[in-house]
Amino acid sequence: MRPGWLICARGIIWREALRFLQQKERFFAALVRPLVWLFIFAAGFRAVLGLSITEPYQTYILYETYVVPGLCAMIQLFNGMQSSLSMVYDRETGAMRTLLISPYPRWFLLASKLAASVIVSLFQVYAFLAIAYAWGVEPPLLGFVTLLPALVLSGMLLGAIGLFLSSAIKQLENFAGVMNFVIFPTFFASSALYPLWRLREGSVWLHDIALFNPFTHCVELIRFALYLEVNWISLAVVVGTGAAFLGGAFLAYDPSRGLIARRRGG
Amino acid sequence: MSSEPVPLAIEGVSHRYGSTEALRDVSLEAARGQFTVLLGVNGAGKTTLFNLITRLFGTQSGRITVGGVDLGRAPSDALAQMGVVFQSRALDTSLTVAQNMLYQGALHGLARRQTLARAEALLGRMGLSERMHDKAGRLSGGQQRRVEIARALLHKPRLILCDEATVGLDVRSRADIVAEMHRLAADEGLGVLWTTHLIDEVAPEDPVYVLHKGAILASGSAAEIAGERTLEAAFLALTGTEA
Repeated sequence: MRPGWLICARGIIWREALRFLQQKERFFAALVRPLVWLFIFAAGFRAVLGLSITEPYQTYILYETYVVPGLCAMIQLFNGMQSSLSMVYDRETGAMRTLLISPYPRWFLLASKLAASVIVSLFQVYAFLAIAYAWGVEPPLLGFVTLLPALVLSGMLLGAIGLFLSSAIKQLENFAGVMNFVIFPTFFASSALYPLWRLREGSVWLHDIALFNPFTHCVELIRFALYLEVNWISLAVVVGTGAAFLGGAFLAYDPSRGLIARRRGG
Repeated sequence: MSSEPVPLAIEGVSHRYGSTEALRDVSLEAARGQFTVLLGVNGAGKTTLFNLITRLFGTQSGRITVGGVDLGRAPSDALAQMGVVFQSRALDTSLTVAQNMLYQGALHGLARRQTLARAEALLGRMGLSERMHDKAGRLSGGQQRRVEIARALLHKPRLILCDEATVGLDVRSRADIVAEMHRLAADEGLGVLWTTHLIDEVAPEDPVYVLHKGAILASGSAAEIAGERTLEAAFLALTGTEA
């Protein structure tokens, strides 16, 4: 077995962290987006959207409290897509080839890249939660610990979707269009902004779509973990779809079978 | 006579993109200590072949061995023996030269201290040791290319692949880099495969393969291929392209 696996994974994570630290505006953009939702949207809708007792909450809650887990997942969704964008950019500039010609297996290189993306998203989510806490959304403090594995799993799923998409996007110019068809439907047709039972009152088919949307299960996994509970169905969906997308991404980047291999080299 | 395996041997490689044939029964060798040139116009199939050697694409038919290791059967061992300089610059310009080196070292499983020591020696050879802590983006095109060559040598490969590595550089930088690659091949005993469409980069004694429309049309030393003519005239006659 080739030595140095850990060095390789650490190197890939270190490079992503370095790039993230150098792009300060990326960090602020990642924070501003959910904060706008929390400070403006949630405050505005507090009066309109009353929420009765719903799991995992033990009492009536304000809309701000409800929306915070969805906004955590939103940060990870955008981060996953940002990683996807960075993969497409790296492919266009040639930096991706530097990664792919490493002697370590491709699945390992992509998994390391994914791990780097998840770690970056964790910093963003915890920074957001600290601000939300100061704003008055106060889950149990132990919830910040139990949340971690949920964030890792949801980050892996959303990052794997981004990784899979990056293999299918041919040019950077196509990225914005693809994202419009991914980010917004994924986010709005989910339980991030409104509970599923509320959605059902408005539209049964939208409720059904949201129920099958893996992003809904990321949100619910995070919501339950933040309140010291496990949503087993969401856990199963997140792990299952995460494995499927990751497998798809590994296959897509496989030199003999994948989507990349079918492109003309020149 | 050396019993060491040939740095690169390609036997009967063909490749298709759907119904389009990009390479047809290509065979070539890059021997130890030699600067081997793959000469062809744009679209000849050089980059496709390059992508096959670096395993960015899987081999559909034929066999590629690197240092005696079959790329299809043991890709990790084969890739570990090769250093690559791509046509498009692949340095991360937002990182320093040292950080680029550390990243490359990590991708080959080299420890930090080992990478930095080797990077210092290689950059010294390229005349760039004082630029080690500069952002790669602040270097000229020629200097970036030299850093990429140093980076490709970090893990002590047997084979260096350079895909149109001088494209976009001025005449002086191009000549310096070609000369440096000749020296590296001779001094370190490396096999170099240099793909280009620029005939003035080829020396008379260099082994040359002429690739056109996916097939090897001629092979031998540049002097042998040229015969009584210039290499350019011979190349144009072989490929039927206009000067």
